[in-house]
Amino acid sequence: MSDLTTTPAAPNILTAAFRYLAGQLRQIGLFIALIVIVIFFEVATSGITLKPINVSNLVVQNSYILILAIGMVMVIIAGHIDLSVGSVVAFVGAMAGVMITQWHVPWWLAIVLCLGIGALVGMWQGFWIAYFRIPAFIVTLAGMLTFRGLTQIALQNRQISPFPDEFRALGSGFLPDLGGGVSVLEPLTVGIGILATLLVIAQGVRQRAARKKFAVEDEPFAWYLAKLVFTSILILLITYLLASYNGTPIVLIVLGVLVVAYSAIMSRSVFGRHIYAIGGNLNAAALSGVKTKRVTFLLFVNMGVIAALAGLVFTAQLNLANPKAGDGFELDAIAAVFIGGAAVTGGIGTVTGAIIGGLIIGILNNGMSILGVGSEFQQLIKGLVLLAAVAFDVYNKRRNGGR
Amino acid sequence: MRNITKTFPGVKALQDVSIGVQRGHIHAICGENGAGKSTLMKVLSGVYPHGSYDGDIVFENKTVAFKDINDSEAAGIVIIHQELALSPYLSIAENIFLGNEQQTGGWIDWNKTNLEAGKLLARVGLKDNPITKIRDIGVGKQQLVEIAKALSKEVKLLILDEPTAALNDEDSAHLLDLITHLKGQGITSIIISHKLNEIKAIADEVTIIRDGKTIETLDMHADAVTEERIIKLMVGRDLESRYPAHTPKIGEELLRIENWTVHHPLDHSRAVVKEANLFVRAGEIVGIAGLMGAGRTELAMSVFGESYGYNISGTVYKNGQKINTRTVAAAIANGIAYATEDRKVYGLNLIDDIKRNISGAALGLLSRRGWIDENKEIMVAEGYRKSMNIKAPNVEAITGKLSGGNQQKVVLSKWMYSNPDVLILDEPTRGIDVGAKYEIYGIINALADEGKGVIVISSELPELLGICDRIYALSEGRITADLSREDATAERVMQLMTQEREKDHE
Repeated sequence: MSDLTTTPAAPNILTAAFRYLAGQLRQIGLFIALIVIVIFFEVATSGITLKPINVSNLVVQNSYILILAIGMVMVIIAGHIDLSVGSVVAFVGAMAGVMITQWHVPWWLAIVLCLGIGALVGMWQGFWIAYFRIPAFIVTLAGMLTFRGLTQIALQNRQISPFPDEFRALGSGFLPDLGGGVSVLEPLTVGIGILATLLVIAQGVRQRAARKKFAVEDEPFAWYLAKLVFTSILILLITYLLASYNGTPIVLIVLGVLVVAYSAIMSRSVFGRHIYAIGGNLNAAALSGVKTKRVTFLLFVNMGVIAALAGLVFTAQLNLANPKAGDGFELDAIAAVFIGGAAVTGGIGTVTGAIIGGLIIGILNNGMSILGVGSEFQQLIKGLVLLAAVAFDVYNKRRNGGR
Repeated sequence: MRNITKTFPGVKALQDVSIGVQRGHIHAICGENGAGKSTLMKVLSGVYPHGSYDGDIVFENKTVAFKDINDSEAAGIVIIHQELALSPYLSIAENIFLGNEQQTGGWIDWNKTNLEAGKLLARVGLKDNPITKIRDIGVGKQQLVEIAKALSKEVKLLILDEPTAALNDEDSAHLLDLITHLKGQGITSIIISHKLNEIKAIADEVTIIRDGKTIETLDMHADAVTEERIIKLMVGRDLESRYPAHTPKIGEELLRIENWTVHHPLDHSRAVVKEANLFVRAGEIVGIAGLMGAGRTELAMSVFGESYGYNISGTVYKNGQKINTRTVAAAIANGIAYATEDRKVYGLNLIDDIKRNISGAALGLLSRRGWIDENKEIMVAEGYRKSMNIKAPNVEAITGKLSGGNQQKVVLSKWMYSNPDVLILDEPTRGIDVGAKYEIYGIINALADEGKGVIVISSELPELLGICDRIYALSEGRITADLSREDATAERVMQLMTQEREKDHE
C-alpha cells in the first residue's frame, strides 16, 4: 500500500485548497449561515439566545421537527415526499392519550404500541406508493386527511390531559443530576459532552487515515483540522451551556442516537445505498438488481415509525393530546430538508444537512419570538430563507456545469 | 442541399454532403445507423438552425436560411420523425391543428377544426372520427395523422424518417401507397428507410450516405439498381486495423436461449422478438446484428430480469440447466450481466461517484449483514480505475462529469465486479471516440479469454465483423441467420438484417 500514499505534490497548494473549498461551498455555506444566524440573534436579543435556559429550550422545542427531518430526508433522497407526517404525529399522540388515560395501558407499553401504529401507517402508505405505483404526493396527501380524521375520531374532538410523569419525561425530562443540584456544571452532562467530543475526534482521525491509505483524500489538512476543532468546540460549548442549566434533556439523547444511527445507515448500509441509487437513477438501480419496490416500501414504514416517535415526543412535551396537534409539521420538516441541501429531484441529501436545516428554522423561530416579531413576519421570513437556500443550490449547480 | 458540413463537438457528422431532390419525386436516403441521415434531415428542416452548419440549402431556386422548424414549415418543408410527436390524450383534430389552432376571434372554432380535420383525414384515407383520441388508434393510423398534420400546413416537401419502422406489413403498404398518391398531387417526399424493398417499390432516386458523406445517387428507374448494389455502397469500407487481434479459445456452451418470444408492453398483440434461439459458449464473443427496431435491445432486456416486454415466453439454460431470470436480482445471481444501450438513462447514477457506481450491482460482495465495507469498496474501485484505465483523479469523481468512453468503462467495471459468466453488452461503443473504442474491444477480448461468454449488440456492422467469433442476424424480431466469422461478410449480414418476412427462405 505504501506506494499509494505518495501523491504528487500540488504545484500550488493555495489554488488547490481554494478549489476544494469552492467545491464544498454548499456545506460550508450551510454552516456559515447557521453561525451567522446565531450571532445575529445573539446580538439582536442582547444575549438571550445563547443563555443556558434558551439553548435547552431550543433543543427541546425543536426536537420533534428534527426527528421528522431525519425520516423526511430519506424519503426525499429517494425522490418521494411525505405530506402526512403532521397528521400522523397527531394520530399517534391521540392514540397514546386514549391508551394511557382510557385503556390504562402502562406508559412503556403505550410507547411500543404507538411505534407499532406508526409502522402500520407506513405500511399502508408504502403499499400504495411502492406496489400500486400511486405517486407519494397523492398517497400522503390522502394520508394527511385520513389520519387527521382518525385523530378526531379517536379523541372525539376533545383534548386528553394529563399524562403520567414517566411518559412526559420523553418530551421534557432531563437526565438525573449527579451533582445533586448544587454543582455549577452538571457532571453527567459534562461527561457525555466530553465522551461525544472524543468519539467525534476518533472517528475523524480514523476516517482520514483510511482515506489517505487508499489515496482518495483530497481534503486539505488545514481545512480538515479546522473542521475537527470547530466541531469539538461546538459540542463542548453546547455541553457547557446545557450543564449550567438543568443538564441533558432526554430527548437530546434520543435525537443524538437517531442522528448517529441514521447517518451510518445512509452512508454505510446497503439499504441506505439503495435509497441513494433509487433517487439518483431509478432505471439504473432497477437494472442493477435493486429491489426498488421493497426499498420504497420499507422507506415509508421507517418514516411512519419516525413520525410516531415525533408524535410521542410532542405529546409528552405538551402533556396534551390535541386534535389539532402537528398541523404544518410536514412543511417544517420538508423545509428543513431542502435548506439542508437535498435535491428536489432526489439522489442528494444528508441526515446532518437536514438537522442543520432544521436548526436554522428552529433558531429563526426562537429568535424572532424573543424579539417579538409577529407570526406574519415569521412566516414571510422563513419562506424567503427556504427560497434563498434552494436558489443558492440551483445557482451553484448551474455554475458547476451540472444539468 | 449543397456541400453541407455539420460538426458536433469532437465529431464531424456530415462532411460536404450534397443532395438534389427533383420536384414531385420520391427520394430515398439510405445508410447505416449513424451514417448521418437524420442529421442531414434535421439540417434541412431547421432543427439545426442556419449558421450551425456550413453549406447552402436551395429550395425552389432560392437559398434559404431557416432559424427553426417554424421557419421551414412556413416554407412548406415538414419533417415527420421516427418517434411520433402526437399528444396521446388529445383528439385527432386537436393534434392536427396543434400550434395552428382554427380560431374565430381568439377562440377555438371547434366546428371548423373538426370539419377541416375530417377533410384532411379523407385525403390520407383515414375513416376515423376526428374527435377520437390519439391513444385509441394504432401506430399505423397515428402515422397517417402525422401526414394529415403535414398536409394542413400546405406541405411541399415531406420528410419521413423511417416511417415504417414501427408498422406492420399492412399499415406499411398503406403508408407507401399514400406517399405515392401524394406524389401524384405534386408533393415531393424524402424518405429515410432501411427497408430496401420499400425503396425499390416507391423511390425515384436513392442517395447513399456513409460516414457523413454522400457516396452516390442512383436513378431507381435505371435497370442496374439492385439491393445488392445498394448494400455494397452502404457498407463499402474495409476493416482497417481498428480491432485488436484476438485468437479465441472457445469452450463448452454456457448460455442457451430457446423459443424466446416477447410482446410489446403497450401493444400486446405485436411480438417484438419471435421464437429466437441462440447460444453462447465459454470464451466466445457473439454478435447480434440488427437494424434499429429489429428487437435487439428488447431481446436482451427481456432475458435480463424481464426488464422489458409483456407475455414473455421461452427458456434460458445455463450449462444445460434451466435457470430463473424473472427478476434482475435472479439474473445477476445466475451469472448474467447486461450493460445497457443508453448508459446515461439506464446504466449510471450520474450524480454519484465512480466507486458507488462500480459497486452498485454487487453490494453483496462488499457487505456483511447489510453494512458496507467502504475501505474494500475504495480498493475494488481503485483496482478497476487502474486496470480499465478510467481517466479520473480518483474514484470519488462524479460519473456525470466523465467522458463517454470513461463512463462506459465504469459501466463495464460495474458488471465485471458482479462476476458474471455471461455479459450482454448493448452498444458498448456508442458515442465514444476511436481510441476508447479500441480499449473497449481489448477489454471484451480479455473477458472472453477469462472464459466468459460475451454477447455484443451493435448497430455498427464493421464493429461486429471486427470483434465477433459468430454473428446472429436479427430482422423484425426473428433471428434470420447464425454466421461464423468466416461466413460473415458485410454484404451478407446486411442482407440478412434487411430480410423481410415474405422472403424468408431459410
